Amino acid sequence: MASEALTGGFANAPHAAAIAFRGAMRAMAMPGVIEHIEGAAGPAPLSPAASALLLTLCDPETPIYLAGIHDTAAVRDWITFHTGAPLTDRARAMFALGTWDALAPHDAYAIGTSEYPDRAATLIVEMPALTAEGARLTGPGIEKEAALNLPDIPFCQANAALYPLGVDLFLTHGNAVAALPRSTKVR
Amino acid sequence: MNSYNFAYLDEQTKRMIRRAILKGLAVPGYQVPFASREMPMPYGWGTGGVQVSAAIMTPADRFKVIDQGSDDTTNAVSIRRFFERTAGVEVTETTTEATVIQTRHRIPEMPLTSGQILVYQVPIPEPLRFLEPSEVETRKMHSLEEYGLMHVKLYEDISQHGAIATAYAYPVKVEGRYVMDPSPIPKFDNPKLESPAIQLFGAGREQRIYALPPHTRVVSLDFEDFPFEANKADAACELCAADTSYLDEVIMDDAGHRMFVCSDTDFCASRRAAGHAGIQEAAI
Repeated sequence: MASEALTGGFANAPHAAAIAFRGAMRAMAMPGVIEHIEGAAGPAPLSPAASALLLTLCDPETPIYLAGIHDTAAVRDWITFHTGAPLTDRARAMFALGTWDALAPHDAYAIGTSEYPDRAATLIVEMPALTAEGARLTGPGIEKEAALNLPDIPFCQANAALYPLGVDLFLTHGNAVAALPRSTKVR
Repeated sequence: MNSYNFAYLDEQTKRMIRRAILKGLAVPGYQVPFASREMPMPYGWGTGGVQVSAAIMTPADRFKVIDQGSDDTTNAVSIRRFFERTAGVEVTETTTEATVIQTRHRIPEMPLTSGQILVYQVPIPEPLRFLEPSEVETRKMHSLEEYGLMHVKLYEDISQHGAIATAYAYPVKVEGRYVMDPSPIPKFDNPKLESPAIQLFGAGREQRIYALPPHTRVVSLDFEDFPFEANKADAACELCAADTSYLDEVIMDDAGHRMFVCSDTDFCASRRAAGHAGIQEAAI
């Protein structure tokens, strides 16, 4: 294990995780709002925001799927050392991490069951940019309308049509994080 | 500070609760199961609310606790002190200054704003529980969106009492999908469930968390010819003269004298500080 795996965790885990979670929760509660979370620095190509999400939400109870360029020995070691989360395939993952194209096929993830819609995967999508323009969002958490540059509008529309089933997305770029829960209608 | 972890709970427990909160926000009104922990207070005293508050609290928060509107009951004082000791956060009794408000059975009178978080203590999260005791059956009813039984119950209210007699824990439908128990708030508070604040519901004994993101559509169940009506005692507060706030009726003596006062103590106190006086206050 390279020494890189041992660094980049939260300096003060209880405080840093609480602050990072508040950002993630506000993003999930208000789709389209871009929050900034920090304190974690995983090895490249992990963004600081995705690193903080992993440290805040993942532990030995949450299987993670790493896609494409994020599936490197350095990232695997970092996740194992800091969270203890097992690595798995798409269908069994509670969290999946990668760029949008690398995460394909996007219908391979758990979408929950009609009796337990919470048993659905959360995708952490590393974005080339994150701006409040593009797709128009309506639904819970949005007063009138919000805008966000989504990676794949047709998929997000199909995902919303599955409601209350479906996957939930965190979109990350640098320190920025936004979210698209399955409840959001996309145009 | 002291030897507690920040906000009492261990980090792994907080992560588990945080994941449940995120799924709750993604599916508003759906009750997410979570592994509720033993807390240093009995079930029924707000263990669910306390666990949700502990999982979302940051060191910069200002925390307020109300118990049926009041900041100074045993339950409210104990929980406020608990987080003062274990999280070292600032506490307040002023609704507008608080960033996180934990509540038992009321929504503050002062409209909440974006950025505030309201955490409810929930005794029985399942709105269908008194109609159908089996968890297997109620879960199936939610999955099939089969809520006819709830309308039968409201209809039976009308046929027996001439009106919907349910006065608290009045069932609501969230975003046209899940029927949800808003916890035992008076139905006077139901219209306030559509709010710019994030609302989180924690049921410790029943091990459920559910949530309402800001501006979520929340409709109180009713009938076209018997529409929902948010009502309160037909009186004004005798301390601050407010006639739009929810009132408690207080027995004053053995001779049957009673007075009405605001249930929200912070709202009442701030009105009196602003110079409003009810008939009782004026007599003194």
